[in-house]
Amino acid sequence: MPDIRASDIPAASPPASSPGSKPAGADSALPAPLTEVSAQRRFLLSRGNSALADRVFKWLMVLCALSIFGIVVLIVWQLVLRSQLTWHAFGFRFFYQTFTNPDSHQPMYWDPVNSLFSAVPFIYGTLVSSFLALLMAVPLAVGTAIFLTEMCPRALRGPLAFLTELLAAIPSVIYGLWAVFVLVPILREHVNPLLTQWLGWTGLFNNDNPTGLGFLAAGVILAVMILPIISSLTREVMSAVPHAQREAALALGATRWEMIRMSVLRNARIGIVGAIILGLGRALGETMAVTMVIGNTPEIHRSLLANGSSMAAVIANEFTEAVSNMHLSALIEIGLALFMVTIIVNAFAQVLVWAVTRGAPAQTR
Amino acid sequence: MSTLRSPFRSRMRALTDHAVTGLAILATLIVVTPLIAIFAYLVVKGAVSLNWAFFTQVPKPVGEPGGGMANAIVGSALLLGVASLIGVPIGIGAGIFLAEFGRGTRLANAVRFTADVLNGVPSIVMGLAIYALIVVPQGHFSAFSGSVALGIMMIPTVCRTTEEMLLMVPHAVREAALGLGVPNWRSALSITVKTASPGIITGCMLAFARVAGETAPLLFTALGNEFWSSSLNQPIAALPLQIYEYALSPYDDWHRLAWAGALVLILLIVLSVALVRYVTSRGVLKGAS
Repeated sequence: MPDIRASDIPAASPPASSPGSKPAGADSALPAPLTEVSAQRRFLLSRGNSALADRVFKWLMVLCALSIFGIVVLIVWQLVLRSQLTWHAFGFRFFYQTFTNPDSHQPMYWDPVNSLFSAVPFIYGTLVSSFLALLMAVPLAVGTAIFLTEMCPRALRGPLAFLTELLAAIPSVIYGLWAVFVLVPILREHVNPLLTQWLGWTGLFNNDNPTGLGFLAAGVILAVMILPIISSLTREVMSAVPHAQREAALALGATRWEMIRMSVLRNARIGIVGAIILGLGRALGETMAVTMVIGNTPEIHRSLLANGSSMAAVIANEFTEAVSNMHLSALIEIGLALFMVTIIVNAFAQVLVWAVTRGAPAQTR
Repeated sequence: MSTLRSPFRSRMRALTDHAVTGLAILATLIVVTPLIAIFAYLVVKGAVSLNWAFFTQVPKPVGEPGGGMANAIVGSALLLGVASLIGVPIGIGAGIFLAEFGRGTRLANAVRFTADVLNGVPSIVMGLAIYALIVVPQGHFSAFSGSVALGIMMIPTVCRTTEEMLLMVPHAVREAALGLGVPNWRSALSITVKTASPGIITGCMLAFARVAGETAPLLFTALGNEFWSSSLNQPIAALPLQIYEYALSPYDDWHRLAWAGALVLILLIVLSVALVRYVTSRGVLKGAS
């Protein structure tokens, strides 16, 4: 028998429930009309008052949601706090200053032993490797998306989409492993000599680096890594284009490519730009694979075949071996800058993708 | 009009069409090639060096052949287990808030935006932040700090999938529960969340698969360990860390172990992704992910 206590009854409950305030065993002694309290009602009353539980539950969920704010605030606060040392020493010059090597009179950027820190070579390396990656990944990703949404036989679509999504599931360190043992030797033996021979006159491909590591290797592996994200988002915005648009173009006698160009790409272009920028955001923050193949030297070279470093790579590479607090602080400030840049890039991309997919019909696969 | 009808013009248009089709097919082939190449290398190079010792022994000192990654496998399992304990409840809770309580409120929009921001934080920066937040005050590297970093990285994925899945539950189900007098919290947990649970589990698995291969946040938190350790308070080995370290070492034997470790890691991840796809391709939530 359910045991009902007075405190369990809501204040606003109808008078019919008042007998419940007595122990349940006393039911038989009650006047006739009141025994007609239905079994369901008695059951529900026995469950107690849910107002308190509801409120507790709601606030627990709100707490979970608020903890996300808390985490982001803590991250930013800690990064700002721990980078104060370099900020006070160099200020904003940290991001553009150049030092001169007293012996060779060459420009110099990063000398932890003498406490000379400048983020310039790392910003350069991040930008160069990311843009190389975009240059290679964008045409391939858009081509794949066009093939998968507009041309591919239905039976192939699922498996191919799954394969490209599988690329996104491979951990960065495995890309790095593959790049170190497979991609870099191929570049070193076959690609780099050809590039030097044909395009050496541009100054972008001086093959004076025997390792095969460098900006180009980092760019290629980054391109492979950001392909799936660009391609799947592009597919999404392209399938959001209404079918009537395609039919209209075809009815006017357009060939398939003209239809894709005029109806699909034209309508989806903002979303595609968003997808590309999202890919850029991914490339900027990518750490492990780049660290393993970029060469890790804090220098600026015009040649894409030269060794370099990137913002994420220098943190991964030097943080545990930092020689001084100033060195740690400089690395954390680079991390903070990387954080800010990726946040801005990602937010911008999100807005663009939302603008296109918002209000689109649910995607059917 | 005449130019449009000229045979040359229409042949050019047909040619362009064919050329673009060819280019699109070519692009798809080029995209699929590295995937196949990576898997082929992993299977060929990994399977050769995968043996029983890999799963049962700890790394041997430099120069001695053999050894395995048993400590790294256990370490990864521990790190991921604790990370899931941190990330999954918070993520699901925040997802329930977004879908059940916060619909359309300004707070919900802010939470959604912050979750996206958190999702975009580069993993290396997450490592830095947790280093500053936990490792520095504690005074030493620890498995716990690595778990926190991974757990936080799970939250946005879990949160957003939970929200999406809950929004797909029809209103009539909630109304039916409330109409029977079921308290709000009970209706949310036993009715709505239960209905959406295949999708929510999918989200959790995806988040798990995503952080399982993360290396960067562990570099300055879990640090890695050559020996057995199952203490949350000590540095601990993890598969991705070990792969990274061995890949950059100059020893052939360690390279082989790195390939074997990569094969084990990728099998773990691909299996969980495939499982997720299998689960979502059948049942009520078809096409939901």
